Amino acid sequence: MSGGATSLISARGLGFGYPGKPVGRGVDLDVGAGEVVCLLGPNGSGKTTLFKTLLGLLPAQAGTVMIGADRLDDLPRTEIARRIAYVPQAHAAQFPYRVIDMVVMGRTAHLGMFAAPSERDRQKAHAALDLLGVGELADTPYTRISGGQRQLALIARALAQDASLIVMDEPTASLDFGNQVNVLRQVKRLAEQGLGVVLSTHDPDHALAMASRVLLLHDGRLIADGPPRDVLTPARLRAVYSIDVAIETLATGATICVPNLYD
Amino acid sequence: MVQGHATTDDEKAVDRAARRFDRWSADSAVATIALLSVLLVVLMAAAVAIGKYPLSLGEMLSAVWRWVIGAPAQGQAETVLFSIRLPRVLAAVLVGAALAAAGAAYQGLFRNPLVSPDILGVSTGAGLGAVLGIFLSLPVLGIQVLAFAGGLATVALVYFIGSLVQNREPVLVLVLAGVVVGSLAGAAISLLKILADPYDQLPAIVFWLLGSLASVRGAEVWSAAPLVLIGLVPLVLLRWRINVLSRGDEEARALGVEAGRLRLIVIGAATLMTASVVAVAGVIGWIGLVIPHLARMLVGPNFNRLLPAALLMGGGYMLLIDTLARTLAAIEIPLGVLTAIIGAPFFLWLLARGQEGWS
Repeated sequence: MSGGATSLISARGLGFGYPGKPVGRGVDLDVGAGEVVCLLGPNGSGKTTLFKTLLGLLPAQAGTVMIGADRLDDLPRTEIARRIAYVPQAHAAQFPYRVIDMVVMGRTAHLGMFAAPSERDRQKAHAALDLLGVGELADTPYTRISGGQRQLALIARALAQDASLIVMDEPTASLDFGNQVNVLRQVKRLAEQGLGVVLSTHDPDHALAMASRVLLLHDGRLIADGPPRDVLTPARLRAVYSIDVAIETLATGATICVPNLYD
Repeated sequence: MVQGHATTDDEKAVDRAARRFDRWSADSAVATIALLSVLLVVLMAAAVAIGKYPLSLGEMLSAVWRWVIGAPAQGQAETVLFSIRLPRVLAAVLVGAALAAAGAAYQGLFRNPLVSPDILGVSTGAGLGAVLGIFLSLPVLGIQVLAFAGGLATVALVYFIGSLVQNREPVLVLVLAGVVVGSLAGAAISLLKILADPYDQLPAIVFWLLGSLASVRGAEVWSAAPLVLIGLVPLVLLRWRINVLSRGDEEARALGVEAGRLRLIVIGAATLMTASVVAVAGVIGWIGLVIPHLARMLVGPNFNRLLPAALLMGGGYMLLIDTLARTLAAIEIPLGVLTAIIGAPFFLWLLARGQEGWS
């Protein structure tokens, strides 16, 4: 993806971090419609901080972020929310909102200042839950469902937001094996429908299985950007994670990453 | 897939029952609110009738009828009804409703079910204003104005300090600033208590700090009610966004809500409501903490329904407490004492009962 008119989001020379504590710099990236971009990097490499800066939740310390043809800084929050949906890492909630109430919060950017969600908004929220296969959770309190179900509910909320780009912060982190695959499948399907998806993950296999492109973040800098098999080489993974891995292609054509547990 | 989870049939049945219950409780929230409204009206009629000079239903109805047709008031019953009983009943409902609504808004705003409207120091600030007024021997109106101004000024100061501190979680900074400024105001109150005339001013100060509606007449109701309404309007209009804000700043902003501005509006509205009722009734604890809790147990956390339920229950509860305060003993029992005696054990019961409605 070389950017240009089809980019949903693009960053140039982006510096990010917290006031007085820079985390990363010099990041260039583009995400186009129908792309799944996987961001890989060790703990503390700045993945979440980078996402928050792309969403305008943290001010950029250098460089620019463009959303479509507009500068991020020029857009009001409502407009940003109509274009980019964010799936944060699921955490416990304080109040027992029903799952459907949580999901319908995704419609907020489409509502008037003083309006509450209409029946149509509720239907959209129900449809998003159904799409992720958790429609039956709609009336359960959000506090009573499992971490994995919360993650799926948050993804449903992002879908209800009707944005053309979804940014997901480690969407598979708290999920069991089955739900991980379920989420990855849904992500792939969303991209096939034309959405752009950026997600961070710790699992190179996920990137190999589904990413259009992989970004490798190390010490706050992007050290690689390209197709998964080009980016995820044993040498690079060794440089970033200080471990030995083998990248193998199976008879089915799938590529997997196998860590070496013995010295 | 979620369907792939290994759940036994028993668990599924329990799950289905829980879901049915949840759906039923969602539909029943509207019915609950209607029931609460009826209950409040009945309570009000009973509170008007009860007292040192009991009023019969007939007397009440005929007095109201004569008022409707514009006939001049006659007899002791009508005097008691219109100049003493009714203003006091209306004031109790107003005070309780305002404190409970402000508490419900604050609990969502601070994402903590243990928050009361005092968290940013509005009551302590109003207390300082009133104590200063009593110390300076101001007339009642002067004391009320000082209390109102003290409440608003304290919260404004807390907000200002909060906005000076960058790089930190804004909600946490606000709470800490509220604790600090509140304890400073508390120290100033203690100082004034020591300096005050122990025979004349000190009892008045103590009585005020425990809250009472004994001296409330029509004028107080008419001055506080419009301010409470002005505070209530933004809470009603922004009801949905207040839900979104309870997910935290970052998520709310990602969902398209200007979290900082919304928080300022909600704090302003809740502070206006609290300060205007504290100015006429004194400091009354517990209601803003316990009632939103109870309301959430009944109708759920959705502010759409939580707000009307909290208003009705707060009004009813305060009315009950105030009626007890003026009928239980020969002297008026301070409201703060009664709300604590009833509120504290009740709250412990809630704690022991756990979860439902707040975690």
